[in-house]
Amino acid sequence: MWKIIMQVFPYAIAYTVPLLIVALGALYCERSGIVNIGLEGLMIIGSFAGALMIYVLQNKYGTKPWTIYVGLLVAAIAGALFSLLHAFASINLKANQTISGTAINLIATAVTVFLARNLTGSGNIVLTVGLIKKNIKVLSQIPILGPLFFKNSYSTTWIVLLILILMTFALYKTAFGLRLRACGEHPHAAAAAGINVSVMRYIGVLTSGALAGLGGAIYLVTIAGEFNGSVAGIGFLALAALIFGQWKPLGILAATFFFGFATTIANVSQVIPALAKIPPIILKTFPYVVTLLALIAFSKTTQAPKAAGEPFDPGKR
Amino acid sequence: MSKKSIVSLVAILLGLIGGALLMFVTGHNAFEGFLYLIQGGTKSIERIGNTIATATPLILMGLSLTFAFRTGLFNIGTPGQMLFGGLCATIVSQTLSMPRPILLLVLIIVSFIGGAVWAAVPGLLKSFFNVHEVVSCIMMNWIGYWLIYYVVKDFFPNGNKATESLPLANDLTLRSEWLSQLFQGSYLNLGIIIALISVFIIAFILNKTTFGYELKAVGFNKDAAHYAGISVNLSVIYSMMIAGGLAGLAGLTQYLGVATNIQIGVMPSQGFDGIAVALLGATTPIGSLLAALFFGLLYAGRGYMSVMTDVPPEIADTIIATIIYFAATSVLVERILDDIASKRAHKKVEPFENDPLIGADVQSTDNKSESLGFMPPTENELDKKDGES
Repeated sequence: MWKIIMQVFPYAIAYTVPLLIVALGALYCERSGIVNIGLEGLMIIGSFAGALMIYVLQNKYGTKPWTIYVGLLVAAIAGALFSLLHAFASINLKANQTISGTAINLIATAVTVFLARNLTGSGNIVLTVGLIKKNIKVLSQIPILGPLFFKNSYSTTWIVLLILILMTFALYKTAFGLRLRACGEHPHAAAAAGINVSVMRYIGVLTSGALAGLGGAIYLVTIAGEFNGSVAGIGFLALAALIFGQWKPLGILAATFFFGFATTIANVSQVIPALAKIPPIILKTFPYVVTLLALIAFSKTTQAPKAAGEPFDPGKR
Repeated sequence: MSKKSIVSLVAILLGLIGGALLMFVTGHNAFEGFLYLIQGGTKSIERIGNTIATATPLILMGLSLTFAFRTGLFNIGTPGQMLFGGLCATIVSQTLSMPRPILLLVLIIVSFIGGAVWAAVPGLLKSFFNVHEVVSCIMMNWIGYWLIYYVVKDFFPNGNKATESLPLANDLTLRSEWLSQLFQGSYLNLGIIIALISVFIIAFILNKTTFGYELKAVGFNKDAAHYAGISVNLSVIYSMMIAGGLAGLAGLTQYLGVATNIQIGVMPSQGFDGIAVALLGATTPIGSLLAALFFGLLYAGRGYMSVMTDVPPEIADTIIATIIYFAATSVLVERILDDIASKRAHKKVEPFENDPLIGADVQSTDNKSESLGFMPPTENELDKKDGES
């Protein structure tokens, strides 16, 4: 059993990381009062931009590690830029945020595959070298914890955890975080206190776009290894994690880890005989079923931002 | 022409312009692209048949979204409902043997019930636990996605192909010899008849029955409907189930009509395209029919286009996705239309405003009733604001 956990653990963490970063972005977005179901599309944009950048750089400069990090940065920028579409529609035009988010998902899939086909002919962009796993010195020697967390770990894991800490601090301990949360709970009170609701919501949506783009690229360089116009539903899984984590950073951390672990076990169950006893269908549907159950259980005491999904109309009381 | 249809046409136009721009930027001839796209869907009787066949599930999807929208619900769970309805029909067709007329009837009933059951969950959650249907629908989509994935993989695998179920013989599906021959070998099937009948039934329910009136009342104003003695909870559940049933029928026409097996490992795109169909059709059944035929043309013609030119077929998807975005932001178009309309109205009343006496009089009373910024609003202003919202 211990051996299996040791085997599965690094994969589960690798799967959790993109999930976590995308859900964190969505947290800022929903806390500012905008529902973003376009996460999947924004991830695809990030995955495409990252793959293209890394492909070009690696052809020119060889497979040096820095090319990957430039790719991740470009992916985040591309995600943020693309999320402007959603921000403009839902903040300035007061459009239905569900329809706008769906449009983001569809446009992202169609346009990226269209462009990839123009570039490579097949619609796929295959990376020569992805991110390489590393053992962290000293720390990986710690018994139990060492092999679980510090052996074979990706550098992106630590970047994402750092972002998690910074974002949690910003959300709860700074004036900016208070203002952002106020815009999601009671935008009229926030506006009366002199906060520019539109600007805060733009920040929320753009954060979500940048982190979803980053998440898409992390999925690309750690798990997928190629762009193929899909991120396997991780964007929607992140949305489920956001709800199951009840719109709180640490709740999201726990939820993404649960979901990441369940999905990983389902993915490897055919390779590891001891896990084959659990039907993969249960593991794969588990995140969505527990989210539905959480929605029922917390229906009376839900922590959902009260104004999420409603356009802000200053003239309405 | 009504305002809604102008908005729809503007959205289509902007979508086409978006597609043309994309083709232009990537160095293709946009005119050639559109020409072959339209030719691919209309060039021969067979191609017209294929266009109508491709449109069939989209018609039913548009109806599903339309019906839910009218009750104030956003049924984004159509992909899951479509998959589950399709799976139920596939199971019946694969395992039970019965005479063809009875089989067809059973398939229709089973796929409708399958979709309805899948949609009942978000409906019940909304009624009893106040869970927003968009969130629960998305969860149901992915539960359906994985359920169908493993059921097909374990019980109806198609040899080594991991992405589809075992194909059914033509006489176990909606395919029909005479319709196919009528359209010179097209894969047009009996699904179109189901879709057309559904358009009439849904239009009848929405416009001519008390039941439809009650559902629409709930959509317009939940509280007023409740006050008038309509059960809001039941209306929500019924509406979701009927919408889900229509999505289930779309699954039947897609998986046992347009195709003869289920594709797994992919969310059916028809579910989300249905949103565009319903919005472009101004959430009316007839509108959905027309919008679906237009999208059917884009989808059916894209293969021919990518053979004749080097434009990738995803251009059709791009155009549809862009149309959805502009349908969502239709407020912009409506605002411009309102501006134009108010300018026209303005011109008509100009002679009165130019009259120095009347104009001055009106202005002075307006000033008197206006409160200062730091004072509570006067009653006149309160009335004005209520009237606006």
